[in-house]
Parts: sequence; structure tokens; C-alpha cells
Amino acid sequence: MTTLAPSIQKPPAGTASATTTEAQRLKIVFVGHVDHGKSTLIGRIFYDTNSFPDGKVEQIKKACDAEGMEFEYSFLLDALLEEQEQNITIDTTQIQFRTEARNYVIIDAPGHKEFLKNMITGAASADAAVLLIAANEGVREQSRRHGYLLSLLGIKQVVVAVNKMDLVGWSQEKFEALKKEYIEFLKQVGLEAKLFVPVSARNGDNVKNRSENTPWYTGPTILNALDHFQPPASSSELPLRFPVQDVYRFDDRRIIAGRVESGTIRVGDKLVFSPNNKAAVVKTIENWGGISPDHAVAGQSIGITLTEQIFVERGHVASHETHAPIEANRFKANLFWMGKNNLQVGPRYKLKLATQEIDCEIVSVDRVIDASTLETVAENEQRKHVARNDVAEITLQTRGPLVFDNHETLPIMGRFVIVDDRNVAGGGIIYGGVYADRKSIASSNIYWSEGDITSRQRSLRNGHKGAVVWFTGLSGSGKSTIARALEREIFKHNMHVYVLDGDNVRHGLNSNLGFSPQDREENIRRVAEVAKLMADSGTIVITAFISPYRGDRLQAREIVRNGGLDFFEVFIDTPLEVCEERDPKNLYKKARAGEISQFTGIDAPYESPENPELVVHADKLKVTESVTVIMDKLLPLLHPGDAAFEI
Amino acid sequence: MKHDNDHLDALENQSIFIFREAYHYFKKVCMPWSMGKDSNVLIWLANKAFHGHVPFPVLHIDTTYEFPEMLEFREWAKKKYGLDLIVKINEEARGRGVGYETHDPVTVTHELKSVALQQVLREYKFDALITGIRRDEDSTRAKERYFSPRNAEFEWDYKDQPPEFWNQFTTSCEPGEHVRVQPLLDWTETDIWRYIQRENIPIPTMYFARKNEKDGKHYRYRSLGCWPITNPIQSTASNIDEIIAELAITKTSERAGRAQDHYERNAMQKLRAKGFM
Repeated sequence: MTTLAPSIQKPPAGTASATTTEAQRLKIVFVGHVDHGKSTLIGRIFYDTNSFPDGKVEQIKKACDAEGMEFEYSFLLDALLEEQEQNITIDTTQIQFRTEARNYVIIDAPGHKEFLKNMITGAASADAAVLLIAANEGVREQSRRHGYLLSLLGIKQVVVAVNKMDLVGWSQEKFEALKKEYIEFLKQVGLEAKLFVPVSARNGDNVKNRSENTPWYTGPTILNALDHFQPPASSSELPLRFPVQDVYRFDDRRIIAGRVESGTIRVGDKLVFSPNNKAAVVKTIENWGGISPDHAVAGQSIGITLTEQIFVERGHVASHETHAPIEANRFKANLFWMGKNNLQVGPRYKLKLATQEIDCEIVSVDRVIDASTLETVAENEQRKHVARNDVAEITLQTRGPLVFDNHETLPIMGRFVIVDDRNVAGGGIIYGGVYADRKSIASSNIYWSEGDITSRQRSLRNGHKGAVVWFTGLSGSGKSTIARALEREIFKHNMHVYVLDGDNVRHGLNSNLGFSPQDREENIRRVAEVAKLMADSGTIVITAFISPYRGDRLQAREIVRNGGLDFFEVFIDTPLEVCEERDPKNLYKKARAGEISQFTGIDAPYESPENPELVVHADKLKVTESVTVIMDKLLPLLHPGDAAFEI
Repeated sequence: MKHDNDHLDALENQSIFIFREAYHYFKKVCMPWSMGKDSNVLIWLANKAFHGHVPFPVLHIDTTYEFPEMLEFREWAKKKYGLDLIVKINEEARGRGVGYETHDPVTVTHELKSVALQQVLREYKFDALITGIRRDEDSTRAKERYFSPRNAEFEWDYKDQPPEFWNQFTTSCEPGEHVRVQPLLDWTETDIWRYIQRENIPIPTMYFARKNEKDGKHYRYRSLGCWPITNPIQSTASNIDEIIAELAITKTSERAGRAQDHYERNAMQKLRAKGFM
């Protein structure tokens, strides 16, 4: 075999000049439920864009005739893949075609059986996705699962091809119903599909050419839709993240090597390296065999020298002083798991994020989600592991501080992988991390430090987890009374529990604070920090403060969650009239009389919680009943987890 | 041309990133070097990644059937880049008389290249090999990962490869095993030529067309290997622009002139019979 079939890597002759052939390659992944027509659509796109080698189509048509089979476009693709096995210059996992607008790389051609691993490997590098749903079968399990995974992988550009429209008589009604159903699903996973195209891949309707069968459809064809996708946006305008890959001393230079993952780095910039918070100025951007540039942008692999010889090593992340990343060692994430073994609560795993590599453990599996129905498979009291192909919400703890961003803010710094048995076995995206003002903690190496005893070990010893139960409600609503009764009840369960009482805290810790909005805010911040420390030590902390401002409570929630602890907000919803009538400390009377000002409910606002974990209508319940309502929801959260994996 | 440059920049930046990951994670890195065009792009990229240094040995598996011009280039480039060069000949096989004069190309290639490589790996205990393979070269290479583990027998479990995404790779292996690191995986033959042109990377002149005095026709080598089994193609492309123009209309594969690939295809079919895709 010396003469080989023509390559389809090359664009069809005459469609563009040679200098633009490499321009603007858009990587697209084709996904969808099995048999919904991926191969046929790709085959048809290749046919319509004249991307098959000369004579190939005729050859296959002839072969079909000879065998008495009906010609299918998927055969063309199969033939192409078959040829690849015979060693022709085509790429199995990445095949190319072009429209007049640009080049496309189709990632992960159909036929792979190992769905998740290969789909993730391919789809993670895609710029956009075509999701196929067969009109006659409708939204199926993989349609939903793939949609969810695209969202986890951060792929935002999706066109949905509603295929096999010929099999449903080109029914607009069916198309619209399917569209509505699927949009609803995608909305839940945070994905927006702008375009739904009714097609018949087999007949070529609305693939390249507009179909006469769909006079009711005025949107773009599949190829038009692809051409409307945007190439990956430059992240040069985002905050600077320069994760250090290595430090080289091959000669008299000390070069900090790495890739600018976002933002722009300039000679003369003051950089702060997280997590050790050391700062230095960029002296040069090195460039072998060329002129040293004065700046470098996102995507560039560079080496820099600094004016000062500060300690820097792989894993440190350089940023500008403003817009620094988050540092924490506990955080929440959405995770997909592909490992042969289950991901377990307890054992140590290796976590890799950008160039950081750090030991971690799963503190809790908060929710296991069926990726196709979005239903919760198991709440945390039931599941202590994430199985292969599961998607889950988990809480992780790293051995030291991890530098990251929330995924929605800066995707590259908000995603990580977990390594099990030498191989990447799962990926996750981080949410809910809190950006701290770096200057307020810039004095030295201050970060949340775990110590030798992990909170997991503490909770196993105690038989329960630490947590913060945050009461909010008007003065006289019954917070303190219920809190005391709840404390007694929890105490009876042999658990460590403590009420942080508003008055007690104001006597000591917060004695320098008044009741202005600023002071109230600081009051709540301090209480939240103290509650976090106590909860981390294993105690169930109940706070009973009016805490009237939503923003303050949100901050408290973030502080506690940032410590990887559960925050359980209980709204004691007693109407103002009832509170004022009770008036146990005669405060309402004083407020009405003008003797005290800024009294919540009278001349200061109370902002009711929008989404508390629990609402207790204390005016309609006895104290014991209120306690029971709270205990029912609280107890399952306090379960310490399975001890089997603890060493 | 700007788009071309952007495209080459993107490829270069990713390759450099991969070089640096390999150098960080593996204790004993080695880079096979055939002196061919892809090999020389690797040397170039290593210099960019490590700012004028190639901080690991490069390895030439000398089959003793090398083109003299290539050996000349080897010595010249070794000095130019200051390379730590290991030259390996499978003396044991040559001693047994293994050679193209008496054996088929697959046997010779296996003995003088693959076995020689195994010998080097054992001798030096290398745990990572930086290779110059590209996805567009052939179908098996198309399925490769940037970091691709090999077991102690050099076997590649292509049906159950670890996932690779978000630039997180398989960066460790058991003793005796090694990982193939492949920084050029995303590059095409045309990309290689455009990059050589842009960066002005030195390569052997055998890639450019010369007149054969016997038949008066012009020939050039598109891919280079052992001289008894490497055939030139008829071509008048005497500079890189002309080569790129030729590639745009060619209907043959890059390695068509490499005789052992022809045999390998038979070998591939045997493999397929045993469950190869």
C-alpha cells in the first residue's frame, strides 16, 4: 500500500486562501443519547461542506447498492474512521471540516464506548457543543446527563439539534414541547441553549440548507448556528493569575516559570504570591533568543525574574494586590467521579488545582445527584461515598491552604481534579468561596490551619459534628427561650452544645460596640467568627441574636461555611404585635416612648430571611414543640459519618 | 498571517507548558532525538521552556543505518545547543547479524530501535520519554494523550487510558514503567513547517528537493529514517514555502516513504484480530 487515500485534513480546494486555513479553529463536541443521530449528523455535515475525499460518497453509495442496503450518511463517517484504522492521515478523536466562515475541529467522534472518561477528556477542551435529541424519542437520560456535564465543564455555547423531525411529521407542536421541556432542564443546571434547530440529519433538512418542511421555523440552520458561536474569549482582561510552574536556576538567573492563566502581567508590576503573601516586583520577562517583552497575556507560557529574591515555589499563585484569589482549606464543590474505586469520605487523596498539588480529604458528601433527573440520590446521612459516574456536592478539606477562585468568577482557577491510584479520577468546580480583603490579613502568614487533629477525627470522637445554629427574629420573639430549651435537648443527647447569648457577648467581647448599623454589622461578624471557631472545635453553637440585616446574616453564613461547617438558620417568626405584647424586657415600651432609639421593629428595620433552613412560628407552638421541629431537621446534619475509613 | 501566528503561538505555549510539567514531575527525563524536523522542533521548544537550556539528556538510537548527512547534523547541533547526548546502538543485535541485508524491516526496526530503547531505559532508569509524535501522523497516534503511561513491557493500554482534561496529566508511574510525554500531539505536519519557517529552526537539508543526476528528476525526503528503507518523494519543493504549498495538495501520507510502516500495517491487522479496534 504505497498510494493512500486523500486526506480530509485539508480543506476542500478553492474555498479559502492558504493563509487562512489555520485561522480560527473552533472545537466542537457532539453529544447526545445513543442512536439520536450523532454519526449521521456529522456525516451529513461533512457531506454538505464537501469535506469527504473525492469519490468517497459515490464509492459508499455503490457499496450500499451492491449489498442492497439503504445509503446512510453515518456510513460515510464509519468509512472515514475505518480508513483511519488503515493508517491514513486523519485524526480519530479530532476530525476537521470547514465552512466559509472558519475551520472546525470535531472532538471525540462517535463510537467510544467508555462514555464518561472519553467524553470528559474530549468535551473539556471544546469551545462549543452540539447536543442531539431525537424528536421521536424525546429528552432521554443521556440528553440530560450530557447537558449537566457540559455545564460542569463550563461549556456555555450549546446548540440543540432536534433530529429525526421527519419521523414526527415535522410537527411544530412536538418540537416546541421538546424545546420547552429541555430548556426547563438546562435552566436547572445553569445552562442556556440559545438555539434549537429542527433537523433531519439523514435528509439534510436545516443542516446546511434551509428545509421546506419547516416553514414555521425561521431560525438558523445547524451550520449557521455553528458559525454564530464565538471563538474562546481572551481572558487577558480578567484579574491576573500566574500559577508558578517551577523555579529555574540553570544559570545566574532565577526564573519563575509558568503560564499566565488570566489577566496581563507587566514589567514593573508588583505581584503578590499566594498563599504565603510575599510581594515582589517583576524585573524582566525572559524570552530565549528574542527581545524581552514588556508584558505577557493570558495563555502565554513565560518566565519572569523579580527585583527581590523572595521565597517562591511551584504552586504559588501570583496576582496583583487588588483582586487577589481566595485562600482556604475547606470549601464546597460540585464533582463528577470517573474512578474505578468509589470516592470515600475519610481517606487522603491528592488534589490538583492549576499547579498546586495538595493532600485532601472529603469531609462530607452533601448530596449525590442523578445527573439525568437532577434528583437527589442520597442525602449526606445516607451516603459516605461517590460512585463511578456519579455527580455530587461535596465538602473538601485540604491539608494546607489552597489558592483558588470561585468557578463562576475565574473558571481556570476554580476547577480541580482528584487523583486516585496515580490517575485523574474526578473533577470538581468550586463555589461559594469568600474573597477576603488581603490587606487586613497581609501582616504575615495567616491562614486557616488544621492542626494535627482533623475536624473529622473530632466529630468521630464526639459522635457528632460541630455546627452553627443561627436564630434570628424580633426582640421578644422567643429566640432566647427556644435556644435555651434546644440547648437542653441537645445536651440530653450527649452532645457538646453552647448558646452564644447576645447580651452575654455584648457584656464582654463586644462591649465596645453600640447599635448603629456599622456596629451591628461588626457585632454579628465577631459572633460569627467565634461561633465558627467553637463549631470547628466540635461544639454545636446556638446563637440567639436579633441579627436584623440580611446582609449581615449572609456574611455570618459565609464565614461559617468558609470554615467548612454547616450553618443552620432558624427564623423565629413571631409577629411584631405578639412580640410587643409579650415585651419581656419592657423594651418596646421604652422604644415607643422614645427612650431608646434604633429599636428593631419600631424605628429600625427587620429584614426577614428569604431562605432560612427552618421557619418556626413560635406564636403558634409551645416551646417544646418548637424544639422538636428544630431537632427533627437538625439531628441528621450532625451525624459524624462512617468511622470505617478512619486510620 | 496574524491568525497563523496566533495558532502557532497557542501550540507553542501549550507545548512549553507540557515540557515544564514533565520536567517538574519526573526524576529521569530523556528526549529521543532523531535529528528529523519534529525532533528539532522539540529541541527548540525545550530551549524556550527552559530559557536556553535542555536540562535532560537527548538520546539518539543509532541503528548504524543512518544517513551520513544526519550524523553530521547531529554533531553540529550537539555543539550548537550544548546537548547532553546519549548515542545508543543495540550492539548485541548487530553482533547477531541483525540488519537490513538479511532481515525484514519490521524485525530490524524492532531490534535496532525498540529493543535499543528498552536497553537504554533499563540502563539509565528513565521514567519519562519526551516524544515528537503527532495526532495527524497515524490512527494509533491520534488516540494518544499528552502524558501516556507505558508498562514495564512498553505496552500501551490504549483501550483504557486515563482521562486527561483541564491540563492535569498522569504524572507518575511505578518503578520500571515510564510515561511518554508528547508535546507535539496537537501539531500537524503543516504546523511543524510553518513553525520551522517562523522560528528559523535548523534542520537537515535532506528535506529539500535536489536533482538526481541519474534520472534528472528532483526528489526530497518528507520523513527520515534508516537509509535502506527510506524513500524520497518526487518533488521540486526546495524551500519551506514550496513544501507547505506541496502539502496543501498532496494526496499521500507523510510516512508513505517509510517502508516499515507498510509491514506494521500487517502487524496492526494481526493486533486487530486479537481485539484491536
